[in-house]
Amino acid sequence: MVRDALGVGVAVGLSGFAFGVTSVGNGLSLLQTCALSLLVFTGASQFALVGALAGGGNPVTAAAGAFFLGVRNAFYGLRLSQLLQLPRFVRPLAAHWVIDETTAVTLAQPTRRARRIGFTVTGLTLYVLWNLTTLLGGLGAEAIGDTDAWGLDAAGPATFLALLAPMLRSTTERAVALLAVALGLMLLPVLPEGVPVLVAALAAPLVLVVEGRKIRAREKEDR
Amino acid sequence: MNIWLAVALTAVGCYAVKLLGLLVPAGVLERPLVQRLAALLPVALLAALTAQQTFAEGQALVLDAKAAGLAAAGVAFLLRAPFLLIIGAAVVVTAGVRALG
Repeated sequence: MVRDALGVGVAVGLSGFAFGVTSVGNGLSLLQTCALSLLVFTGASQFALVGALAGGGNPVTAAAGAFFLGVRNAFYGLRLSQLLQLPRFVRPLAAHWVIDETTAVTLAQPTRRARRIGFTVTGLTLYVLWNLTTLLGGLGAEAIGDTDAWGLDAAGPATFLALLAPMLRSTTERAVALLAVALGLMLLPVLPEGVPVLVAALAAPLVLVVEGRKIRAREKEDR
Repeated sequence: MNIWLAVALTAVGCYAVKLLGLLVPAGVLERPLVQRLAALLPVALLAALTAQQTFAEGQALVLDAKAAGLAAAGVAFLLRAPFLLIIGAAVVVTAGVRALG
């Protein structure tokens, strides 16, 4: 568990740093950047939000994109609530730490006791690390000024790519990704800032519908 | 002010979905179709965001040094590089291409 936690901690610390740099580089203040890491504490949503705001996007559509990326955490919470069996009054506190990494570490533990320890230790460690490295990244970006000259504007999309790539296991995931890229890029010039990403999210239900039809058609043939 | 509004909306929204998962009875979200959709939604969003943040400048589509950086990140992923190296490759290559251009 310690080695798992260390590996996860290093990765999270680095992306926290990248987030601080990206956020300040995109024009948010240091205070806004740190507020995001303290209060939102789910990396992909934070990156999405500062990316959308960088273009001078509407705050509501920018927040909507970040929100939809955060929806997956509800499903993590569902798994975790079965595994951890937390008392009701602890849940509002624990909820803030329900993210990709804490879920991964918790799921890997064999007993309820180990899961509770795993969740708490990972949650606390990552929360502290994420916020510290965000602050450092933000300070760093303020110090060097033109973050684009250092190529740091590539850190945001590269983070998305690093999160996305391992998910592209089957044809369905790849089809969803391709359709979303096409929709997102084609609609970008014609729709208001932030909206194309939300429309691109429809790639998920669209591909599911097509997939469902194919499966049903195959079942008919088999009969 | 607009940025603070976005920060507040995101904080409330993201916390609410996290809490929702811990509070709702298991049956509600456990239907296979809902689970499948929840797994695919981040794929669609991340793909669209990667593409936009690489190829868009405001509302215009552009091909600049970032594209080379992201290609480098892709290669790093295929070579099974750890998270840090993937991001590092993108940053270094983007900066390098800019310095040369």
